[in-house]
Amino acid sequence: MAVGQNVLRKEGVEKLTGAARYIDDIALEGMLYGKTIRSPLARGLIKSISFDTDFDWSPITVCDWRDIPGENFVALIENDQPLLVARDVRHAEEPILLIAAESRTLVEEAASRIRIEYEELTPVLSIEESLDCREIIYGDDNVFKRFLIARGEVDEGINQGDLIIEGCYRVPHQEQLYIEPQGMIAIPTDTGMTVLGSMQCPYYVHKALKQLFNLSDEQAVVIQTMTGGGFGGKEEYPSMIACHAALLAHKAQRPVKIIYDRAEDIAATTKRHPGVIRHRTAVTRDGRLTASEIDIVLDGGAYVTLTPVVLSRAAIHALGPYRCENVRITARAVATNTPPNGAFRGFGAPQVAFAYEMQMEKIALRLGIDPLELRRINMLKEGDITATGQQLRWSVGSEDVLNAAVERSHFREKQEAIQIERASGDSRKRRGVGLSFFFHGAGFTGSGEAKMKARAGIEITDQGRARVLSSSTEIGQGTQTIFCQIVADELGIGFDDVEIEETDTSRVPDSGPTVASRTCMVVGRVIQLAAREIKEKIKRFAAELFGAPEIDLMEGRFVEGGKVLASFAEVAREYAAQNGKLKVESQYASPMGVEWDDDSYSGDAYPAFSWGAEVAEVEVDMDTFEVSVLKITTAQDIGRAIHPLLAAGQIEGGTLQAVGYGLTEELVWDQGRIVNRMLTNYIIPTSMDAPDMETVIVEKEYPHGPFGAKGVGELPMDGAAPAIAAAVLNATGAFVSEIPVTPERLMMIHEGTRRESNED
Amino acid sequence: MSDEKKPDKQGLSRRGFLKASGISLSVPLVLNYRMVKAAGAEVKVLGPGKAPIQLTINSKPFTAEVEPRVTLLEALRNDLDLTGAKRVCDRATCGACTVIMDGKPVYSCSVLAIEAQGKKITTVEGLMQGERLHPVQQAFVDNDAQQCGYCTPGFVVACKAFLDKNPNPTPEEVKRGLGGNLCRCGTYVGVRAAVLQASRGRKGGQRG
Ligand code: FES
Ligand code: FES
Repeated sequence: MAVGQNVLRKEGVEKLTGAARYIDDIALEGMLYGKTIRSPLARGLIKSISFDTDFDWSPITVCDWRDIPGENFVALIENDQPLLVARDVRHAEEPILLIAAESRTLVEEAASRIRIEYEELTPVLSIEESLDCREIIYGDDNVFKRFLIARGEVDEGINQGDLIIEGCYRVPHQEQLYIEPQGMIAIPTDTGMTVLGSMQCPYYVHKALKQLFNLSDEQAVVIQTMTGGGFGGKEEYPSMIACHAALLAHKAQRPVKIIYDRAEDIAATTKRHPGVIRHRTAVTRDGRLTASEIDIVLDGGAYVTLTPVVLSRAAIHALGPYRCENVRITARAVATNTPPNGAFRGFGAPQVAFAYEMQMEKIALRLGIDPLELRRINMLKEGDITATGQQLRWSVGSEDVLNAAVERSHFREKQEAIQIERASGDSRKRRGVGLSFFFHGAGFTGSGEAKMKARAGIEITDQGRARVLSSSTEIGQGTQTIFCQIVADELGIGFDDVEIEETDTSRVPDSGPTVASRTCMVVGRVIQLAAREIKEKIKRFAAELFGAPEIDLMEGRFVEGGKVLASFAEVAREYAAQNGKLKVESQYASPMGVEWDDDSYSGDAYPAFSWGAEVAEVEVDMDTFEVSVLKITTAQDIGRAIHPLLAAGQIEGGTLQAVGYGLTEELVWDQGRIVNRMLTNYIIPTSMDAPDMETVIVEKEYPHGPFGAKGVGELPMDGAAPAIAAAVLNATGAFVSEIPVTPERLMMIHEGTRRESNED
Repeated sequence: MSDEKKPDKQGLSRRGFLKASGISLSVPLVLNYRMVKAAGAEVKVLGPGKAPIQLTINSKPFTAEVEPRVTLLEALRNDLDLTGAKRVCDRATCGACTVIMDGKPVYSCSVLAIEAQGKKITTVEGLMQGERLHPVQQAFVDNDAQQCGYCTPGFVVACKAFLDKNPNPTPEEVKRGLGGNLCRCGTYVGVRAAVLQASRGRKGGQRG
């Protein structure tokens, strides 16, 4: 059996020896280097563009919006984002021109010889400015999208409660900061255009490319090269870069490479949506939630891009993994003149998770109930109903994860030890322990998967090996490895006899994007079904071939009654000789009874949720207000770990990004431009900041996932920020309602709290 | 530590300024133009012309023609087709470009190629012992101390250099010793385990 084993990562050795070629490691004959000329302004009109006449422009390829053969937009949800600005600049760093030349030096020199004059307009730079509608930059009210989720009678629920508790929480932008910068190479071909590059979603790029040049499915070819991390940042943005490289390549009729440098990548590409989330909760004295009103506003940036989908996930997760009969969730996404915000691991959920968990802390504080107890009282369990009216029918690991995290971390003992320590006098270094509890819907929201109909397949090669055909990308999370494990076990052959087809749109079907924690649960399932069908076919064939009706395929051998009749490879070759290539393609279908209504925004939002609980232990220096995270213990229910070590890696990695989100990662803006564009001033956790981590994997199998697996990619992003903030509260008494918890912010809250208590 | 986290309006923290000034040589400071042929036309280019250099990489001699402002990283990647070391920040902050120069780990993005002449340079491509992975690489495999792999070559080289100097580190020393390499996938837990495994020079002690 391969599933559940820590088999070797498929692409592991290549990466370790430096042999793996990422996009910037590839150079082609006659290739030009491309560069994007961007707006320094957040909002304005282009008045003129001039090219220095003292400069020799003949070796330079220049493209502007008039070089776009069709319509000027990146194909996505609303098609409102131009590839190149024609006149209206709507955010800083917006692309205006593209240039390419034979060397990077020359292209830089050319860039410095271009002058663009603008007429400045007043930009809208924050959620507040957008909502006050003094400047209208989208529709009639700057609102991109609205959602309403309503259940029960909120007024009645408020009457049933003894207390109403309000809270307002703020979450910041966050940069994905994949270590490999964005990059693409476009190659004009006799029949169309081929693009190679770093990406999560080859078929997104394919769609954008087809639309750009009006190409057929076959004329546009997109190939994913080894990709150095994505975290959502390479979901939608690569389409833009691919189209840019292709425009230049088309005009020059030469291959063109565009690689962003770090500063450009930070300044120009998408970020996690910042937001303001308000809670108004009615509770009884004994801690039961009787009504919950939640209002979410996210900043979408200058164009719609993926914002409606992020907002929808935020709204659906806004109440958290808690039971409440009377709920009203309103959600809006607004336009600002900042670079469009987009996909980032968690996709709206980490934002609302910080808010709902801090609201729980606040309620616990007000009621004088232990925060763990409060979670136990209200947690969703199997059979319960969520805010969208979804009954949780299966795979609900809520209690298990909470118990595991509490036990493994010795949460109770630590709480007590801290109390004793506190009583014995004031120390300048204070310890604290905090808890968070969260869930994450796996797969697309609502009817997304039913509409997507993800496709994937398997073919048997001439060598008699199984080859997986899928457009799900390997971006470090282990896609290739787990797919091979699933096929090996379902088919009954060895892990090493399964291989992965290159992620090339001319060779693999559209499995949907590599996002939303859907790769294992959804695409893995489709692959499992394909393997099942292959097995049926080849077994039937072998049964006839050997006249052995009871024949079975196990560990790569056809056996009957304990006797080995042939190897899988032998039979596969014979099959191919008689019937041609054995190839099966399958398609995703939602499990029976999973239903969603887009109009009322109710029903089964996700086929399954993954569940998590986390305990953070911190030490706060009361002179500098610096917070060190000493340890994180986390328990996560992911259905089944196909590869426990890879799953643990996902949990550790996501948790660490969430530590950064909670503590250090903050963008500094000046007139709509990002000021801190380097790794020295946008601070992500280093090895020294990474706390000790203990990970407990809980396996509440999901009946419709491959071998019981659900999603794991995003859940770990949801829990650390609130757990750390709760631990800081425990350590200092300072209630943090905005992240990151920087020393400055913490000092201000602490001083404020002290003043309040002195006044009391 | 905390002052590093406060970006100022120039976009440079103190740490950033020191690091950036340390590599100012890689930014063309020379303002006199020079005309060269590019794609059949005369164009102005910054800086003095190309000079021949000789490098010793992974015990093999290499020659190339590079402008004096070219970094060792660029020379490795663009002129010698050794692309294991990665260009990530180009500002001596991430460690993805780490190579070993005369026994010490250096950020090859902040060493000039001409300065690296006469030094012994080891890159990730030079770690394999024939067909066999270096013990540090093997420990990375055993502990799955990699995800997307973009930081990995630099990390492997840094770990080797660290272990060469500290053959028997404590876990705390490992944690601090690896502070110069950034990994966004968050493989630090695996990397620490890998370093400890390699330091013990034996199998076992694996994660998972
Ligand atoms: S690329 Fe050299 S340290 Fe980042
Ligand atoms: S493995 Fe991806 S950045 Fe380290």
